[in-house]
Amino acid sequence: MDFSDIINFSDYDQLIPLVLNSLWAGALLALIGGLVGVFVMHRELSFAVHGISELSFAGAAVFLLFSLDVVFGAVFGSLLAAAIIAFLGDKARDRNSIVAVLMPFGLGLGILALALYPGRAANKFGLLTGQIVAVDDPKLGAMVVIALVVLLTLAVIWRPLTFASLDQEVARARGVNDRLLGIVFMMLLGLAVAGAVQIVGALLVLALLVTPAAAALRLTSSQLWVPVLSVTFALVSMVGGTLLALGGTLPISPYVTTISFLIYLAARLVAKVRNGA
Amino acid sequence: MSLLRLSNATLSFDERALWSGVDLEVQQGEFIALIGANGSGKSMLLKAILGTQHLTSGEISFAGKQSEIGYVPQHRNADSGLPLRVFDAVRFGLDGHKLGLPISSKELRSRVNAALAEVEASHLAQERVGDLSGGEMQRVRVAQAIVSKPKLILADEPLSALDLNHQQRVAELINKQRKALGSAVIFVTHDLNPIIDYVDRVIYLAQGKHSIGTTDEVMRSEVLSELYGAEIDVVRNQGRIVVLGAHDHQHHDQEEWV
Repeated sequence: MDFSDIINFSDYDQLIPLVLNSLWAGALLALIGGLVGVFVMHRELSFAVHGISELSFAGAAVFLLFSLDVVFGAVFGSLLAAAIIAFLGDKARDRNSIVAVLMPFGLGLGILALALYPGRAANKFGLLTGQIVAVDDPKLGAMVVIALVVLLTLAVIWRPLTFASLDQEVARARGVNDRLLGIVFMMLLGLAVAGAVQIVGALLVLALLVTPAAAALRLTSSQLWVPVLSVTFALVSMVGGTLLALGGTLPISPYVTTISFLIYLAARLVAKVRNGA
Repeated sequence: MSLLRLSNATLSFDERALWSGVDLEVQQGEFIALIGANGSGKSMLLKAILGTQHLTSGEISFAGKQSEIGYVPQHRNADSGLPLRVFDAVRFGLDGHKLGLPISSKELRSRVNAALAEVEASHLAQERVGDLSGGEMQRVRVAQAIVSKPKLILADEPLSALDLNHQQRVAELINKQRKALGSAVIFVTHDLNPIIDYVDRVIYLAQGKHSIGTTDEVMRSEVLSELYGAEIDVVRNQGRIVVLGAHDHQHHDQEEWV
């Protein structure tokens, strides 16, 4: 392997049109991932995201094995996991153990389905580690639907969800139905994860659903700037990663996760300098 | 018509009544102290009034909506990294229960700023709640409770974990807002003294029983002895009330200022 496998821009202008679908899907994913990530941080659900993504992977793999639609499989697995976590894991302690129990089960089930799948190996690992040119029109269509559902629902529940996430006791006293909002949010999280599994793969979902929001929260506590920065960081990671990946022969995920990680490091550094530490 | 009415309100857990047969009518502007030992069900009574705790029997009716009740919680240290600024915390006290995006109008900002000014916390608006001291946090809590101009303010031990100075200041602020807004206040406390000058009536909960009346009617040796079923001395000293022996079955050799 030489350096041109990692970055090589010689045929760039011809490559871009081939991956337009991937770019659009990635941008939509970054938008919802950045926004959902804010509440993942507020509600301390990082670990749950990982658990949901493993079951989403299992759903996709099982559907692939039975020649069913992979996107539906991913959505099915993730919503099932999100529902289990939402209904059983009301307390953080319960939630963590439920996630830890679900996660290896989902991963194992997914690996079993892939092992039995007679198709090419490259397709198999896409679900775990992401794939760049696999976004066809129906997949992009599914991503648009997922993004619309997530964005519209978030716009409706944003204010009480923020209140309940950051100031639970008073929110409940003021009549906010924290339990119901929590369940609705878990469903949105499930949808976002299912979308992300298609593109960055199950193992790397956290890079879009947690890291950008975590970086944003290092820099500000503003109700406006946290989501704005989080989405910006997610977009830069996702779209930037896709564009860089085009040149080389490597999968998209390492580019996305590396950019996302570097942004987080930079955010920590900026916060540290600003606090005079 | 009274603002809040409890008729024969009873709450039991596993056959054991936390309190039973509570009858109470609260009028506008009334300041009611809710007192009792730990575990006597004070917070549960507040939750029942809020509607987040179901009664075992009896009825509670409030002439308004849940969003017309302001709530001041007990002081807890917020995690210092919690991404919630004072301004936003107070703002959620106004419209946090409503659906939609948190877009703030000029009118909303001026109401939040006015509430912060009332509790002398304007300078804290951009601080994160986790960075506040106990006294500052409770003043912000009062602003959060009053910003919606509630008909009823429920305060659940808002003075606990504060030093005497701050206890007086926070109690004074709540009383001032009661007068300014004409709201009724139900104030849970284990120490009556910081609010003794403001209190119209006292509800004393103990051992599944209760007594309701003015401070002079309830805070008497016979009444409390009857409630606890043990010898209790209520001593008055320079406008303060000291209850001796009330909690001896819980903490030995300890006097409680009630």
